Amino acid sequence: MTTIPDPQGGTFRLSMLLNDTRYRSMTLQAIAALILALALFYLYSNLTANLRAAGLNISFDFLGAPAGYDINQTLVDYNSQSSNLRAAIVGILNTLLVAFLACITATIFGVLAGVLRLSNNWLVSKLMAFYVEIFRNIPVLIWIIIIFTIMTAVMPGPRAFRGDAATSSMLMDLFAFTNRGVYIPGPYFTRGIGGEEGSVVNWLLVIGVLVASYFSARFMTNRANAIQADTGIRPNTLWTNLAIWFVPLIVLLFILGLSWDIPALKGFNFQGGIKIGGPLIALWFALSIYTGAFIAENVRAGIQAVSKGQTEAASALGLRGNRVMSLVVLPQALRVIIPPLISQYLNITKNSSLAIAVGYADITATLGGITLNQTGRAIECVLLLMLFYLVISLLISAGMNVYNNAMKLKER
Amino acid sequence: MKKSVFFGAMTAAGLAAGAAAAGTLDDVKERGKLNCGVTTGLIGFAAPDANGEWKGFDVSVCRAVAAAALGDATAVEFVPTTGKTRFTALASGEIDMLARNTTWTFSRDVDLKFDFVGVNYYDGQGFMVPKELGVSSAKELDGATVCIQTGTTTELNLADFFRSNNISYEPVPIETNAEAQQQYLAGACDVYTTDASGLAATRAAFENPGDHVLLPEIISKEPLGPLVRHGDNDWGDVVRWTLNALITAEELGVTSANVGEMASAGNNPEVSRLLGSEGGLGAMLGLDADAFKRAIETQGNYGEIFAKNIGEDTPIGLARGLNAQWTEGGLLYSPPFR
Repeated sequence: MTTIPDPQGGTFRLSMLLNDTRYRSMTLQAIAALILALALFYLYSNLTANLRAAGLNISFDFLGAPAGYDINQTLVDYNSQSSNLRAAIVGILNTLLVAFLACITATIFGVLAGVLRLSNNWLVSKLMAFYVEIFRNIPVLIWIIIIFTIMTAVMPGPRAFRGDAATSSMLMDLFAFTNRGVYIPGPYFTRGIGGEEGSVVNWLLVIGVLVASYFSARFMTNRANAIQADTGIRPNTLWTNLAIWFVPLIVLLFILGLSWDIPALKGFNFQGGIKIGGPLIALWFALSIYTGAFIAENVRAGIQAVSKGQTEAASALGLRGNRVMSLVVLPQALRVIIPPLISQYLNITKNSSLAIAVGYADITATLGGITLNQTGRAIECVLLLMLFYLVISLLISAGMNVYNNAMKLKER
Repeated sequence: MKKSVFFGAMTAAGLAAGAAAAGTLDDVKERGKLNCGVTTGLIGFAAPDANGEWKGFDVSVCRAVAAAALGDATAVEFVPTTGKTRFTALASGEIDMLARNTTWTFSRDVDLKFDFVGVNYYDGQGFMVPKELGVSSAKELDGATVCIQTGTTTELNLADFFRSNNISYEPVPIETNAEAQQQYLAGACDVYTTDASGLAATRAAFENPGDHVLLPEIISKEPLGPLVRHGDNDWGDVVRWTLNALITAEELGVTSANVGEMASAGNNPEVSRLLGSEGGLGAMLGLDADAFKRAIETQGNYGEIFAKNIGEDTPIGLARGLNAQWTEGGLLYSPPFR
């Protein structure tokens, strides 16, 4: 009896790497990876060889050395004797602050403009088309500079508030709008933990109460839904929800002795309260209004992607216009809107590096600007900057993808 | 085996690329043009005039070097640089020399690998405030908003000054002098601080210069001078001795007007050596004998350059002060031409 050799158990031969379709793709990928690694290695060795030839070396020791310069907006304690690393952290927080604020306002602008652009009112839809076309077709750097220049030129300086013949006055004696920024009353606690100085614990308490209120309110809404499902009658939750939100908060703030620190003109500038600096406002507003124009187009595309039959079917069931929008159209439109929205959020974060144009102390201005200049460690600083923007962008992307997965069509 | 040959070749290629930066004098001669880094515009020191021609105190140093090395004072490509970009521009070879109100400091000389070839202006950091504020001393500036050019030594001096006097301030970092001027005039800051000479130059460009005062405090030493890349000593010598030639010319009484007759008169040996009629000093630098003569002929001596661009008869109106010759009680002291 002749035996036929089993093809499955055949010994592995080197030529199979190319001839066998099971292995070929892996071989090609391995070769591509090798070439990529070699190219990177070449670039790296070229860099180090050139740096050595120029007598430079790569070292991150400068991060521990005192920065020596001051920063005008610091969310954490910082002075000129703090380390360069600390200055970089101040910059990172400033970048995150402006990116966060701009993402929120850009979304609001974008959704409003996108929905209104589809309005049946000719004037409203044309106005929104005008907004979108003007703002997305002029570079954001120009917008940042225009807004900042207009602010410094049009708003009064602190000197205009001084004396009997003052040409400017504070709004309701609470808010001061100057060409250096907007000063608003700042809250503090007179009977809080940690005395007049205050401590973070006070604010954690406030946040804790707000979170508890949120969950209680959600519980009430779920209960109302359940009752409606059972009996068909929806209990009125408005007053209970309002009470859940406000009563505990007001009681807590009263116990802690909430008070307001009102800005007042002392010396050269307004002192006290919270200062929202001119550069922050210009950057925040410019990024929001510029990116808002792009988001408006995403929103419009998303809404138009929902078939008209859906709207008509919803109307046929007796739903009103706003409920059709919120219950039928928007949930489906979101699936189209979210993926491009992620890139817009990434754009905002990256565009915030234009802050230096108006002297806003973001990470590019501190680590990539002053620290780079004063230490001369250009390559190290730029590598760190790249790493930071990469990590932040990937985090935003990951977060938004989680949200996208929660919203997308669930196929069963 | 093959691998190591491959990597060896790559390393060699990398080294060759690094070594190509040496020999700046030859590069400049071959190119027929000197690439000189200057400010983006500071009247009196370096700014284009109405015809687009660069004029100023630092510009004259560039032109003198071009006249000495290339025989043509107009063979200069002026590259405007900001406080941030200047060092990268020089280190990367985009410019051959930097003459941009740059302070000679230890870390720039040693850590950033540059060579300062001398000092062409002894300066110090000062403050300018509007007269209506009624401030008479920098120590009264507690709580003020201060406009400052970012990426300069002034940023660090400012932090040190306010810290040592235990007063607070709010910095407004700004990229260029022009933007700083605009912010200061719009009242976005109370004070503008930079080198005292720069303040005088900026104030001269204001509509009403009389409305602004310079405070008496000078809070730092700012020796400003031209610089080149470290390691190319031949080129460094060319720039250094061109600058020294301008200073020596003033000391010896050689001006752009009399340089011709002084060279042929030959009654002062040092003048003859300076102007190339004896000694062959130019050839030692790899230039021709008339190199310094041409520099002085086209630009004038140090005193003439000072008077023409920033002196008391110009709108900037700076007195010689520390920048007088050592024989007149100043700090200018060139090593001898011998």
